[in-house]
Amino acid sequence: MAESGKTLFEKVWEDHLVVEETPNTPAILYIDLHLIHEVTTPQAFQSLRDKGLSLRDPNKVLATMDHSTPTLPVKSIADLDIVAEKGPADQIRDMIRNCEEFGVELHGFDSDKRGIVHVMGPELGATQPGKTIVCGDSHTSTHGAFGALAFGIGTTEVGHVLASQCLLQRKPKTFAVNMDGSLRSGVSAKDIILKIIQKVGVDGGVGHVIEYRGSTAGVLSLEERMTICNMSIEAGARAGMFAPDDKTFNYLIDKPMSPKGPDWDQAMKRWSRLVTDEDVAFDKEVNIDIDQLSPMVTYGTNPGMAMEIDGVVPETNGDLGFKQSLNYMQIEAGKPLIGKDIDVVFIGSCTNSRISDLKDAAEILKDRKVSDGVKALVVPGSQAIKKEAESLGLDKIFESAGAEWREPGCSMCLGMNGDTVGNGKLAVSTSNRNFEGRQGKGARTILASPKTAAASAISGSVEDPRKYS
Amino acid sequence: MDKIIEFTSKTVVLSVNDIDTDQIIPARFLTVTTKDGLGDGLFSDWRFDESGNKIEDFPLNQAKSEGCSVLVAGSNFGCGSSREHAPWALVDYGFKAILSTSFADIFQNNALKNGLLPLTVSQEFHSMLTDSEGIQVKVSLEEMNIQSSNGMTEPFDLEPFSRYCLMNGIDQLGFIMNHENQIQAYEDKG
Ligand code: SF4
Repeated sequence: MAESGKTLFEKVWEDHLVVEETPNTPAILYIDLHLIHEVTTPQAFQSLRDKGLSLRDPNKVLATMDHSTPTLPVKSIADLDIVAEKGPADQIRDMIRNCEEFGVELHGFDSDKRGIVHVMGPELGATQPGKTIVCGDSHTSTHGAFGALAFGIGTTEVGHVLASQCLLQRKPKTFAVNMDGSLRSGVSAKDIILKIIQKVGVDGGVGHVIEYRGSTAGVLSLEERMTICNMSIEAGARAGMFAPDDKTFNYLIDKPMSPKGPDWDQAMKRWSRLVTDEDVAFDKEVNIDIDQLSPMVTYGTNPGMAMEIDGVVPETNGDLGFKQSLNYMQIEAGKPLIGKDIDVVFIGSCTNSRISDLKDAAEILKDRKVSDGVKALVVPGSQAIKKEAESLGLDKIFESAGAEWREPGCSMCLGMNGDTVGNGKLAVSTSNRNFEGRQGKGARTILASPKTAAASAISGSVEDPRKYS
Repeated sequence: MDKIIEFTSKTVVLSVNDIDTDQIIPARFLTVTTKDGLGDGLFSDWRFDESGNKIEDFPLNQAKSEGCSVLVAGSNFGCGSSREHAPWALVDYGFKAILSTSFADIFQNNALKNGLLPLTVSQEFHSMLTDSEGIQVKVSLEEMNIQSSNGMTEPFDLEPFSRYCLMNGIDQLGFIMNHENQIQAYEDKG
């Protein structure tokens, strides 16, 4: 019998096995790139210190500050106490100290490369096809857009990887999401992933690695693929992946950390075999029709509670917490969402803070005004994106529309750095989680694409972006 | 790490599905650099009102749940962020096991590394637990089952390596470090 074909995921998995799994022990998986940030590492560094351990390979660690980092300008550490509260400020200082002590290069306030951890990795070319990438952050799934196997880990595991460059893992199952058709005008990658999560459910991907496939996959840009992979975790999946192709290689070719010269040719050879073989059966499969897709918004308190923007809020989804969720959101079943007044618009986060996202928002905001009474915040994903946006004059478009233009960071995505939506306030947000209080205590969140967020900012209420495009 | 073989406790029930890590421990409690005291922030926005007073009818606040170390929760418990602060907060508060019909992957991993048992039970046993709030259960890692005081016995699965580490109080990093030769060989292979 011929050897059965392998999926993209299985190829990357097998390439990284230091020790295979047995019924009694998990596999030891080698990790090529470890991304770290200030919130999920302090206790890991402390555990190394307690055990007298050092880092196995500091060159495989990429460090930034993003989660609790202020988005108001901080020129030096001395400024930190002016713009940040004591907790976040101490945490940032702790990060600087840990990186110095353990010999890790940190992209701090003075680095023009600093950014949200999942924006920065790809931008620098550190994210590459076929790599294993981990980070103490669940949205590490973002890097799967390049054909890497990338997933979030806890702080204990951060310690394991720092000390050994390895991770204990059981092999996940495979899940194909087949996307066919092309996006209509006004519809974005964010709408694709919200549709997928609505369809498979917030736990539909548990224990699986998703591969996004089908005719749509090859057409999407790397930025769009990142938006989709980013939210794989919101469907419960361990990771999400796209097979690398010419678009991937073109994206990476001139990036600072990409292989150069003969190394590039070698890499291309390795990367080109990273596709799922024909006739491979996945453990699970789902089909999505992209031709018919409309802009999507969420109405509840998990990302699976999503609907077509021009539809009405469903009466139930069979969930125990459905009613409680609508109560929290102050949203009524059976009613449309379009026209519902909002207080805040947030354009940012590792889901939607890249240059294409900012261009999408700027196109709609150009020569228009953010509605009175709406606070609009635009936060670029990295210093590089900030610079590029400013060179294109996007910052001016945002500011003359009445939106705030900030320094890079996670900001209002999780509301740790002081940027919050406000108690009881309703936000349209391009981030990835609409959990109760995710964007600050009492905050109510509607997830949407940058186009929908920008259109809603102008109308002062939930708005269909096709009205302005 | 302390060894875990078996323990007995009354149960407290939070019958909500998809309890995410932002509910278990909101982000504003994550600005810490140690694991200490996180129990204070556990389910903070469900336990306390605007002015910081206890919300009386929240299950964890009721007198009968005092000292409970077993939490019964809805499906997909621990979805959302990778923050290990979630199991740290649950452990710091006094929980030793969460019983649910399903768990999110990262939470499950994180819990097992902190001596917190995420135990998947059948829908039938789960319904019994939610209907008999406060019932006493004995959780046994030795026998791999849960015995409730009304005479039911529910078997559970647990990843064998995690079970071994929990029962022997072993830190999993040691297991990786014992494979130094293999790691070196992998690196040399390039
Ligand atoms: S932007 Fe939000 S989701 Fe992304 S890494 Fe930061 S906190 Fe996490």
